[in-house]
Amino acid sequence: MRIAGKGLAPEAKSVSFTFNGRHLMGQEGDTLASALLANGVHLVGRSFKYHRPRGILTAGSEEPNALVTLGHGPQQDPNQRATTQELFEGLEARSQNCWPSVEHDVMALNNLAAPFFGAGFYYKTFMWPAAFWEKLYEPMIRRAAGLGALSGEADTDAYEKAYGFCDLLVIGSGPAGLMAALTAGRAGADVIMCEEDCRLGGRLLAEDEEIDGKPAHLWVAEAEAELEAMENVRLMRRTSVTGAYDQGTYAALERVSHHLPRSHSLKGSHLPRECFWRIAAKRTVLAAGAIERPVAFRNNDRPGIMMAGAVRAYLNRWGVAPGERMTLFANNDDAHRTAHDLVKSGVHLAAVIDSRHDAPESDLYPVIKGAQVCNSGGGKQLESITVRSVRGEEKIQTDCLAMSGGWNPSVHLTCHLNARPAWRRDILGFVPEAGAVPGLRAAGACNGSFSTAGALREGAEAALAALNDLGLAAATQELPQAEDAEYRIAPLWAVPGKGRAWLDFQNDVTVKDVKQAAVENFRSVEHMKRYTTQGMATDQGKNSNVAALAVLADANGRTIPETGTTTFRPPFTPMAIGAMGAGAADEGFKPQRFLTSHEAGEARGAHQLEVGLWYRAAYFPKPGETNWRQSCDREVMYVRNAVGICDVSTLGKIDIQGADAGKFLDFVYTNGFSKLKVGKTRYGLMLREDGFIMDDGTTARLGEHHYVMTTTTAAAGQVMAHLEFVSQALRPEWDVRFTSVTEQWAQFAVAGPKSRELLNGLLDEKIDSESWPFMGCGEISVMGIKGRLFRISFSGEEAYELALPAGYGDSLYRLLVERAEALGGGAYGMEALNVLRIEKGFITHAEINGTVTAFDLGMQGLMSKKKDFIGKAMATRPGLLGEERMQLIGLKPVGAVKELSAGAHLFNPEDPVERIYDQGYVTSAGFSPLMGHMIALGFLKDGQNRIGDQIRLVDHMRGLDVQCEVCEPVFYDTEGERARG
Amino acid sequence: MRITCPLCGERDRREFYYKGAALERPAAEADLDAWHAHVHLRENPAGELEELWYHEMGCNSWLRVTRDTATHEITDVVLAADAGLGGAR
Repeated sequence: MRIAGKGLAPEAKSVSFTFNGRHLMGQEGDTLASALLANGVHLVGRSFKYHRPRGILTAGSEEPNALVTLGHGPQQDPNQRATTQELFEGLEARSQNCWPSVEHDVMALNNLAAPFFGAGFYYKTFMWPAAFWEKLYEPMIRRAAGLGALSGEADTDAYEKAYGFCDLLVIGSGPAGLMAALTAGRAGADVIMCEEDCRLGGRLLAEDEEIDGKPAHLWVAEAEAELEAMENVRLMRRTSVTGAYDQGTYAALERVSHHLPRSHSLKGSHLPRECFWRIAAKRTVLAAGAIERPVAFRNNDRPGIMMAGAVRAYLNRWGVAPGERMTLFANNDDAHRTAHDLVKSGVHLAAVIDSRHDAPESDLYPVIKGAQVCNSGGGKQLESITVRSVRGEEKIQTDCLAMSGGWNPSVHLTCHLNARPAWRRDILGFVPEAGAVPGLRAAGACNGSFSTAGALREGAEAALAALNDLGLAAATQELPQAEDAEYRIAPLWAVPGKGRAWLDFQNDVTVKDVKQAAVENFRSVEHMKRYTTQGMATDQGKNSNVAALAVLADANGRTIPETGTTTFRPPFTPMAIGAMGAGAADEGFKPQRFLTSHEAGEARGAHQLEVGLWYRAAYFPKPGETNWRQSCDREVMYVRNAVGICDVSTLGKIDIQGADAGKFLDFVYTNGFSKLKVGKTRYGLMLREDGFIMDDGTTARLGEHHYVMTTTTAAAGQVMAHLEFVSQALRPEWDVRFTSVTEQWAQFAVAGPKSRELLNGLLDEKIDSESWPFMGCGEISVMGIKGRLFRISFSGEEAYELALPAGYGDSLYRLLVERAEALGGGAYGMEALNVLRIEKGFITHAEINGTVTAFDLGMQGLMSKKKDFIGKAMATRPGLLGEERMQLIGLKPVGAVKELSAGAHLFNPEDPVERIYDQGYVTSAGFSPLMGHMIALGFLKDGQNRIGDQIRLVDHMRGLDVQCEVCEPVFYDTEGERARG
Repeated sequence: MRITCPLCGERDRREFYYKGAALERPAAEADLDAWHAHVHLRENPAGELEELWYHEMGCNSWLRVTRDTATHEITDVVLAADAGLGGAR
C-alpha cells in the first residue's frame, strides 16, 4: 500500500511491469520489491527445500527469499533479488522454484514430509545402492530443490572489465562513507566511492531523521552535489565491492544496465550488462553498514514477516506500508524507530512485542514487554501471531510483522584475507579486527557504531588517518549534528518452543537442524555449515549466520566467540561469471593469428588448421578430390617431383646481435655456432637445464655479430623467454641483444627439384649451387625488394626459404604459387609438410615432447664436449644414456592391416597387451605416396638395437592392432643427396 | 598483486610470468648432486622467498623478487642481471 505524500519521491512517474504475468504499476525509483509491496503482493517465491511460500524479507542485497527470474532464453537471469532490482518500464519478472505456479506449488508436498527432511537427510537416505546416486537420486533432488535455472543457451550479453586506481577507496555511502569521501575529497585526495545502491545515502535514505537540522536525505543530496563537483572524486553507484585482495586490490561489480530494458546490454549495443572492476587503492575506508538479523520462532518464514529496518526503508524511502495492521517484534531499541515511523505515517500498529522487561515505552503504541512471538498463523500471507508473555499466550491479528534480532556489522570484506572478526558483547555482534586488511579502516555501523553521529565521526576519522598515512594535509572536519542514540539490545536468537523455527530462509535451515548437527557431532561451525547447508547459496547467510552459530554455541555449551564464524569468501554479492571473464570470451579467449598468405590460401579453398593461435593451411583441395588424403598425396608429389610452396612464417624468428652473439648461441645450443661461417646456416638443439630437449631449429649467421634463429612454431614464446633469462640472469656481462622478428618477415618454403629454377625466374640475381650451397644463406632481392634466402630443407629435397618483409607476403605468395604451378607444382599445406618430414625422419614437437633427450634421438653427437651449455650436466646423468631409454625409430606395417596411428603403443609380439609390457609409442604417422603405404615415427625401448625386429602396434582408441617392422627413422634418400643436389 | 619493476614501475602481476625460486647456477664442473639440487630441490617456505619473475608484457626484464609467500608482501625487486645468478665459471 502506497501512502500518499510519503517517501523520497512522492510525485514520481508511473511505471508498468508484470509479475508472473500479472500487469502491475509501480513508480520511478522503485525496486521490484517496493513495487510489489505497494501492490500488496507478499508471496514472491517458494523455499529451496520445502517449497514453503516466501515473501520479501529485507530491502537490500542480503535478501534470501525474494529471488526472481528476469528475461527469457539466452537473456534469462535467475536469482535476481527483487529488493535490489530497479523497476523499469516493461520489466517482466517471475517466481522460481515452483510449479505450476507460486500460488499452487506441487512440490509443497515436501513441506508435509518435513519430519524426514532434517539435517543430513540426503546423506542418510540416498546412500545405497551407490549406482542409484548419479542416475536417480541426484537428478531427482536437483529437480525438487533449487533456485532459478539458466536457459542453457549461450550468453548474449556484453560484459566489460575495468581498472581503477585511487588514494582512498570508500566502500559504502551511508553517513560514514559520505563523511570519509567528503574529508578526503576536500583534502584533494583521489577518491573512488562505491555504492551498491543506485542512490547514495545508505541507511540515511531509509530513516526519518535530521542532520544539521535538515532531513537526512537532503543532507545526502548536498554531500553528493559537493562530491560530484570534485574532479578528484569518482562516484560509482550500482557498484558492489565484492572482494578484498593483496596490496589494496579490491574487486567490484558495477551493474551497468540491470536497471534498463535488456536491449541496452546485448552484445553489440552501447552498454555492457555488468562491468568487473579491479581497484588498486592506497587506503580504504570500509563503511559497509550493517545487516539486520531475524529472530527464529515457529513459522517465522511466512510472507508478511519482514525485517524491521526493511519495513522502515519501504515506508520512508518508497512511501510503502507493507501491511495495514502491523506488529513489531524486537529485542533492541533501534527497532522501535520502525514503530514510531509507522504510527507517525498513520499506519495502524497493533502491538510492539519486546523480549526485554526494560523495553522503552511509548505513548504512540502499546508495548508488550518481556514477551515473545512464538508462532505465526495464515497461509500464503501472515494473518496472526501468537505472543507469549507472563499473561500467557494470546493471538494478535496482523498482516505484517516487523522483526529485529539486532544488527550484524558487515565485516565480510575485512575477513577476505583470513582475519576473523571479534565479538562485542555490548552490541551482540562481530566487528572487524583493526589491521585485518592492511590499509583498510572500518567506520560506522560495520565497525559497530550504530548511531548516525557515531558513523559521521568515524568516517571522518578514518579518512583523516588514511590521509595522514599518505602524507596529505587535511583540515579537521566539523561534524554535522545528528542523532547519537545508544544502541541497547538483549540476547534473543531463537524463541523456544515446538515446531520449525527458521534460521536460514534461503536454505530452509531451522533451529532444530542446527541442534541436530551438534547432536551428531558436527560441532564445529564449518562442519555444521556443510551438514545443514546453513549460509550457503546466493545470500551466503548474510542475515542468518550469526544467529545460527549462536544456536550452535548454545547446543555445544560454548560461547559465541569460542564457536567463531565460518570463513568469509568473495564475492560479497553474486556476479555473472561473464563479468569476471569479460573480454575473454570467443576470440577474446583465443585470439586468431593469420598469415600474410591467409587470404590467398582461402581463395584456393584451403582447409585451415589451428596451430596454437595461428591458422595454417592444412591442404588445398582440387576439383574432383573427394578426401583430404588425395590432396595431401598430390601436394607431397609436387615437392618430390617439381616444386611446392608453403608458408613457414609461423616459425619463431629471433634476431640476435652483439659481439658475444656467437658465444651466447654456443651456451644455449648443445652444438657450436661461434665458428659457423658467415653466410651459413646450422641446425641446433636446445636443452632445458634438466637435460631434456626444449626446442630445435636452424640458426643462420648473417654477419660477424648477427644471427637469425628460428624456433618451432609451438615454442617461439618459450624460447624467447628462455633466451632473455639466460642472457639477463646467467650471462649479463655478455654483449648480446635480441628481439623477436617473427611477424616482421613473411617466409616461404620453396621446395623440390625445380625450386632453383623457380627462384631464378624471380630473384634479381640468379643463384647456383656454388653461390648458394646446401645450408647457405644471405641477402637477395626480388624486384628490388631486399630479403633473405636460406637454403634449408624440411622435406629432404633441394629447398629454400625465401623471406621478404611481411608487407610483401601476400603478393610474394601468390607469385610463388603461380610460378610453381607453371612448373608442375603448387601450394602445399601442413598435411603434406608432415608427410614429407616423416619420410625424412625430421622431428617436430610430436617427437620432442618434453620427455626426450638428444640421446633418444640419436643426436648425442650434437652435444659438444668442449664447452659448457644449458642442460649439459644433467643430460649426462645415469638413466638418460642407456638401453633402458626409448629411442627414435621408424615403423612400417608388414601384416595384413596397413593402418598406423600416432598415439598407438608398441608391444613385443609374444607379450600380453598390458601396460607393464609397454615397449614404446608412436609419435607421428602418415601415408607415404612414395612408399605406397603408411609410415610412422615413434620411440621404442633400446630401439636402435632392434632395427629389423617385428613389433606389435596397438591403438585401443582407434581399434588398431598392427604388425610392424622396426626400421631406421629415415625412409627416403637416407644419404641426403637430394637436398644437397 | 602488483610488482614494482625497476624499469617500468608498479605493474599488475598479470604482466609478469613466474619461473620459481631464484637460484645461482652451479659451475659447469660441479658434481651431479649440486646439479640435482639446483634443478629439483626447492625450499617451500611460508614466508620470504627470492623468486624469478619475467616482465613479459612489459620491458622483458627478468627480475628477482623477494616475496612473502604467505602475505604476498614484496620487500625487494632487482633486475636479475644484478642478482649474481650466473654462478662460478
